[in-house]
Amino acid sequence: MLDAARIRADFPLLERPENGRRLVYLDNAATTQKPEPVLAAIQEYYRTTNANVHRGAYGLAIRATQAYEAGRGRIARFVNAWAPEGVVFTRGTTEAINLVAGSYGRANVRPGDTVVVTAMDHHSNLVPWQILCQEKGATLRMVEITEDGRIDLSDFGAALERRPKIVAFPYVSNALGTVNPAAQLAKLAHAVGAVVVVDGAQSTPHLKVDVQALDCDFYALSGHKMLGPMGSGALVGKPELLEAMPPYHGGGEMISRVWDDHSTYNKIPHKFEAGTPNVEGAVGLAAAVDYLERIGPDRIAEHEQALARAAIEKLTGIEGVTVYGPRGHRAGVVSFTYGDIHPHDIATILDQDGVCIRAGHHCTQPLMRRLNVAATARASFYIYNDLEDVEALAGSLVKAGALFGYVPA
Amino acid sequence: MDTSPPEPRLSALYQELILDHYRRPRNKGTLDDATHTVSLNNPLCGDEIDLQLRVDGDVIKDVRFIGRGCSISQASASMMTQLLKDKSIPQAVALAERMSAMMQGEDAAARDKALGELRALAGVSKFPVRIKCALLPWNALTDAVKT
Repeated sequence: MLDAARIRADFPLLERPENGRRLVYLDNAATTQKPEPVLAAIQEYYRTTNANVHRGAYGLAIRATQAYEAGRGRIARFVNAWAPEGVVFTRGTTEAINLVAGSYGRANVRPGDTVVVTAMDHHSNLVPWQILCQEKGATLRMVEITEDGRIDLSDFGAALERRPKIVAFPYVSNALGTVNPAAQLAKLAHAVGAVVVVDGAQSTPHLKVDVQALDCDFYALSGHKMLGPMGSGALVGKPELLEAMPPYHGGGEMISRVWDDHSTYNKIPHKFEAGTPNVEGAVGLAAAVDYLERIGPDRIAEHEQALARAAIEKLTGIEGVTVYGPRGHRAGVVSFTYGDIHPHDIATILDQDGVCIRAGHHCTQPLMRRLNVAATARASFYIYNDLEDVEALAGSLVKAGALFGYVPA
Repeated sequence: MDTSPPEPRLSALYQELILDHYRRPRNKGTLDDATHTVSLNNPLCGDEIDLQLRVDGDVIKDVRFIGRGCSISQASASMMTQLLKDKSIPQAVALAERMSAMMQGEDAAARDKALGELRALAGVSKFPVRIKCALLPWNALTDAVKT
């Protein structure tokens, strides 16, 4: 396992007590805390390099542009993108998927076509496709999940028989921690001619990602879930697909020549980056990627899996607790319920001990319906969590059980 | 330096009476002869309530609810239905205002006997994110009598 105590020392926020206790931050699937090198990179950018990019003819603007484009290159290397120009900066995964739906989808999906999603998709990889299908008169086909929270491969196969135009799925489920066989799913989808969109919000921070090995067509990621600033993220796509796509937002930067009544557009990735971009986001995200690479994605995955295993063992040892999702290989996300105690009550009680977890539907309402719950409590781990945090979670949960009469006070 | 506020008392939040209403909700169900029906949910946390009233003149003769949610929202709904029977619409609206004042931490409201068992929810005012849970059924009531 990683030396979490040493890593924690890099995160100023984690040093601050919560409700008088050591902060036990277990909501990393929602967002992660930021280490000193990321905070410093953002400060440094504004203190020394800030100017508008791709415009100025002066040295400062050139250095700002270089910092922004260096960030792009850094992220391209991290996920082994097809090319740096295949990395489009977005506000995060949500905007990246909306870009694909709004541009590729609108240009290519026709009445009667099918778009395939899964029952474990986050609303951000579902609602944009709903909107597209409604607009185009296309069919949205949702692939079912198995009892233990994996994509049902036979239903996936059945959905592919409709020869969908687009197949979208999450690499890692934000609500269940399931690690989907993304490369296998992409291969199956390609065999019927579909374009493959992978929601990488929960995979990029936690395991080694190689988009070329996955052989998907589009891959969306969020910076803030991987130590970077909020409002940073990217769509990573195959350059030839991006080149053929119409623009998404109109404005400055994305154009080549503008006439009274029409325009020609810039080359990729700039065609999709209208307006002044989030340069601090790119710079901060690049620093976050440096930090994660120093630790190593494989070691991060191993660390989180160990914490998830320990948490599942501890929690299932408490009578009345149900843990959702697969038992074998999975990411560091542990969703659970405890008897008839509502997840919001659990979260309030845990908060008093400085334990931060998520309670609710995790933006996966179709999944919650299939699990037959209104909501779950969710603990999600990252590099700065350790077994002591797992103990704190379990200890505080027993306290919740006592308040609700499950265990003697 | 620890600048976090002192720990609000969990035991004040999760009193026996609240858990009793959560587990044995009063007036749960539907009315065949409802005159007012409102469904409200909190999209952020998923709490839901369907509230039905049978109003005769301006008097609430009967009330039922179906709800899904946390102990605070469900106990608040259960306690509210007990209190509403045979109250006039203006009295019901006044109670909703009293409840809202109690949630904003007003001591006088928390001591007001008119709120009956709902005073057990006074501790919720110390937990800002949970106030919306306690007020969900009351917002449904206000919506119902407005229409």
